[in-house]
Amino acid sequence: MFGKSRAPHKDTGVILRETAGRLDMPARRVFLRNAIGLGSLTFLTGCDVVDGFSAERMLQSVSDFNDRVQALLFDPNKLAPEYPESAITRPFPFNAFYSEDKAPVIDPGDFHLDVTGLAETKKPWTLEELYALPRFTQITRHICIEGWSAIGKWTGVRFSDFLTRIGADTSAKYVTFRCDDNYITSIDMPTALHPQTQLTFWFDDQLLPRKYGFPMKLRIPTKLGFKNPKHIGEIEIGNEFNGGYWETYGYNWFSGL
Amino acid sequence: MSMPSVVLLPPHANARQPLIHPLIVRITHWINAVAIIVMIMSGLEIHNAYPTLPFKAPRMLTLGGWLGGATQWHFAAMWVLMTSGLTYVTYGFISGRFKRKLLPISLSEAAADARAALSGRLSHDDLSIYNAVQRLLYSGVILAGIVAVLTGLAIWKPVQLQTLTLFFGDFGRARIIHFLAMCAIFLFLALHVVMALAVPKSLRAMIRGR
Repeated sequence: MFGKSRAPHKDTGVILRETAGRLDMPARRVFLRNAIGLGSLTFLTGCDVVDGFSAERMLQSVSDFNDRVQALLFDPNKLAPEYPESAITRPFPFNAFYSEDKAPVIDPGDFHLDVTGLAETKKPWTLEELYALPRFTQITRHICIEGWSAIGKWTGVRFSDFLTRIGADTSAKYVTFRCDDNYITSIDMPTALHPQTQLTFWFDDQLLPRKYGFPMKLRIPTKLGFKNPKHIGEIEIGNEFNGGYWETYGYNWFSGL
Repeated sequence: MSMPSVVLLPPHANARQPLIHPLIVRITHWINAVAIIVMIMSGLEIHNAYPTLPFKAPRMLTLGGWLGGATQWHFAAMWVLMTSGLTYVTYGFISGRFKRKLLPISLSEAAADARAALSGRLSHDDLSIYNAVQRLLYSGVILAGIVAVLTGLAIWKPVQLQTLTLFFGDFGRARIIHFLAMCAIFLFLALHVVMALAVPKSLRAMIRGR
């Protein structure tokens, strides 16, 4: 059921915009109200004083600028700190845009991972095939945009190895993840190729539990938590910018650590 | 010839009044003020997403409407604060202004001056010389500002700038210190605004320079 619900790429932008338009309005209104109320402050930033939409556009363009700054700051060889087993946070927090009981139920026998876009081999992957790939383990800190952090242990395949296996065009700009919980996010290629970026199948020596993203998530210790998609169903390599779920609401796209 | 009013001093009289705050100090002071207020308000909204305090900051003190909007304000105003703050601090050190105006710092002198101020015996006649309370608080807020910026960088980039994050302990501790530095600046701001309004000529000096 979830396999079929994956959004086809052509429509993703439209769907996202529609979703944002529907779900975002209360928050957006509050945001704009505040922006207008603080009109007297906005003279500093050079936008129209009373035009809330203009303040929003100005902030979004600074956020885009911050994407470029962070891409420059990103050192592909700099590793996120790793911790001893004793530092692991247990229980590890659950966080999503839905409650824990709404996490998708995925039948492992039925599951397949789709590869689309700029890759030579686009055959779907079964879990059995994915589990057979060489794996590594990391104990790293997951940092949430909300301000909390937790140390966890994740095991899976190095994402750069996976990209090599599917013959991905690593000169492409983005990798987009479409998920079976209807989440979507995209990352820059340098981060996709970072040695700690991992296609994760195990958490704390157990099969990745449903609440943490069964059957697989992408673990990126060099980015904020919301850039670590769970329940991944499709991986697309391409040059078209697809943004993401939270990014549509205003979270910074790069969100590097 | 009639007596010149305060606002309409003839040019030669004006020139004899010493310049208390050079233009670069006045410009960066006001830009810093606005940037810091935006940083505090958006920061409090970010705080509310995962409160450090046992309560959430009231809505009237926050900016951005929700976490996403607040982070956009925070990561926009940080460039303004870093540029203007760095200019202000660099000028203060290189010109010798900080050394001249803020030293020496003495807690006992500050306590004595604070008592004098509370009993109405502390004079603000010469605005170019700071009393011991001012020296302590102005130095303190500059230090708090530097700590806020450094811990801010430490929690913004805990991987790329991990040495800095480690210097403050870890991500969680750096975040708490960031919050405490904000509290210090917040308290300073409250007192500073009250004092500037209580001694209007000090406010005028930060606008006109004299």
